[in-house]
Amino acid sequence: MAKLTMVQAINLALAQEMEQDPTVLVLGEDIGRDGGVFRVTDGLLEKFGSERVLDTPLAESAILGTSIGMAMAGLRPVCEMQFCGFSYLMMGQFEAHATRMRARTHGQITLPLVVRMPYGGGVRALEHHSESREAMWAHLPGAKVVLPSGPRNARALLAAAIRDPDPVVFMEPKHSYRAFREEVPDEPETMPIGKAQVVQPGTDLTLVSWGAMMRPTLKAAAEVAEKRGASLEIIDMLTIAPLDAHTVTESVRRTGRCVVVQEAARSFGPSSEITALINDKVFLHLEAPVARVTGYDVVTPYFGREKHYIPSAGRVARAIEQTLDF
Amino acid sequence: MPRKPVAKFSVDHLQVLDEKGVVDAKLDPNLPDERLLEMYRWMRLARELDERMLKLQRQGRLGTFPPNTGHEAVSVPVAMAMGPKDWFVGAFRETGGRLVRGEPLTSPLYYYNGWEEGNILPDPALRLTPISVVIGCQVPHAVGLAFASRYLKEDAVAVCFIGDGGTSEGDFHEGLNFAAVWKAPVVTIVQNNQWAISIPRSAQSASQTMAQKGVAFGMPCLQVDGNDPLAMWVAINEALDHARSGKGPTLIEAVTYRLMMHTTADDPKKYRDEAEEKCAWEKEPLIRFRAYLGARGLWDDAKEAALAAAVKDQVEQAVRTFETPNDWADDTAFDHVYGTDHPHLHEQRAEFLANVRFDGGKEADHG
Repeated sequence: MAKLTMVQAINLALAQEMEQDPTVLVLGEDIGRDGGVFRVTDGLLEKFGSERVLDTPLAESAILGTSIGMAMAGLRPVCEMQFCGFSYLMMGQFEAHATRMRARTHGQITLPLVVRMPYGGGVRALEHHSESREAMWAHLPGAKVVLPSGPRNARALLAAAIRDPDPVVFMEPKHSYRAFREEVPDEPETMPIGKAQVVQPGTDLTLVSWGAMMRPTLKAAAEVAEKRGASLEIIDMLTIAPLDAHTVTESVRRTGRCVVVQEAARSFGPSSEITALINDKVFLHLEAPVARVTGYDVVTPYFGREKHYIPSAGRVARAIEQTLDF
Repeated sequence: MPRKPVAKFSVDHLQVLDEKGVVDAKLDPNLPDERLLEMYRWMRLARELDERMLKLQRQGRLGTFPPNTGHEAVSVPVAMAMGPKDWFVGAFRETGGRLVRGEPLTSPLYYYNGWEEGNILPDPALRLTPISVVIGCQVPHAVGLAFASRYLKEDAVAVCFIGDGGTSEGDFHEGLNFAAVWKAPVVTIVQNNQWAISIPRSAQSASQTMAQKGVAFGMPCLQVDGNDPLAMWVAINEALDHARSGKGPTLIEAVTYRLMMHTTADDPKKYRDEAEEKCAWEKEPLIRFRAYLGARGLWDDAKEAALAAAVKDQVEQAVRTFETPNDWADDTAFDHVYGTDHPHLHEQRAEFLANVRFDGGKEADHG
């Protein structure tokens, strides 16, 4: 057991999966000698060599396209998009082939591959480096979309994603890369993909979030609990597609109140889907409308003014109180 | 430092058999008689299937499809030269090569009539990837397959097809660049059939040849008469040897002509000159190959008539199988979304089946 940052925990998962399965390899821009722009793949080139740690030319579509070919041939490629903002260049390959090959061939060809990408704001980065676009991937049938929130679950979910039989988009909240440390077991550990986790049980209200937003959500929950003595249940979705509706709706069935916290722009995102599922399954148990704390439907502003656009603990706390008081 | 040339290149054009079927004896690969006859039979079978599919489509018995007529001399020799472990990575004008590779005649019929069953191979070991409808995507796939075969020490080569229009796609360039940087054992064949739906070759690229695009990536390239099966045989064997000896990728431009429409949904009369088509029909591959076989004493009218009857019968049998009502389930789409089990798909499958029952198994009314 060691206290690791998320960067170190992801690195550990990659190294251990590569050690135990010779078909696992990593590829991407600057991931070899440079260890990745966030140093997530640091040391892997020295450990596993240049046939398993591939510094590719600068071309996102071919990074995924060649990964698809490798996966067809029986390898388990883990490719890195340097930033979520550059990943749209490979979306054609992802939609046209990664998500469809299993259905197209009725399971004769499957594509066990992972696309890792850092996402989200709050790190004072350039344009295209701050978005939270999980909904774009989650909308595609056949895609699995995983967003860890801390070092331990990042390590366990990445290991599970590498062993998974389907393409997984693994979105790493770069704001949390080095923000805090957690105990991470030395021995390989996995968590199930497609399962949300109740990180704190409660009876008065259900808080739902994922990825980088788990931090302000937890902070707001602690504040409101202390201020009002409210019992808040907190769910970390961990996987956005396929969405674990059951864990959310069973919680809301008990609490009758729900606040969903999402970093992404409001419309057509996971918070919309979660709200719709609550409406489908437990409408008659609701004591208040489902509240959403989200980004706004605007082009992400440059970092000079991003702080008010990213949901804060204060905004989340206000939404919790309003929903409790409804 | 004076100004001086830093790079020079040239591109060869290869033709072994001219339009009349006259062979260049120095370049003739001297294939055994049986191999030559086998090659002609595959080309003839592909042509017969294509012609029959067009009739079926016009009769409303088949969906839209892209005819392959005129392209037989490209993919058939290539598939015959490939080894069993090599990967055949097609676009959608390689019917002949796919048949050589082991795809059943029924597969294109199912595929173009809206059934995924047309993608399922009798054996995945045939190493034949599904048709790639989106132009260009298959080039990086082939490079990944080639990389994997080297990684797994399989000594296999990936052979990839794309059209002249496809050379304008980013994935073509990205894929070839990766191939060259990785020295991947991959051969890319541009079937330059002069037309990308309505866009002629001259409006597709200002390059003098499609082959020379390989020069920019640092790989050997060759322009071949794609209506000449012997030239294709020579070219693909050179490229396969090059890849197998660890020297990396090759780009081959096969110059041919799209004698038919792009797909059955367009009419070339709207965008191209019929005189050009007429001229192209005189250069098509079957005429010259038949003349060559005749000159070698391997072929005559009686043999042609017997082969015509045989391939007609083969295709007819496939059509009969294809048109025999199948009992494939309506809800198979729910079986193959993921390799793992997820409750929302169970719920949606039940909803789907209830709706199908409610519609009484009739065609759903979509207004």
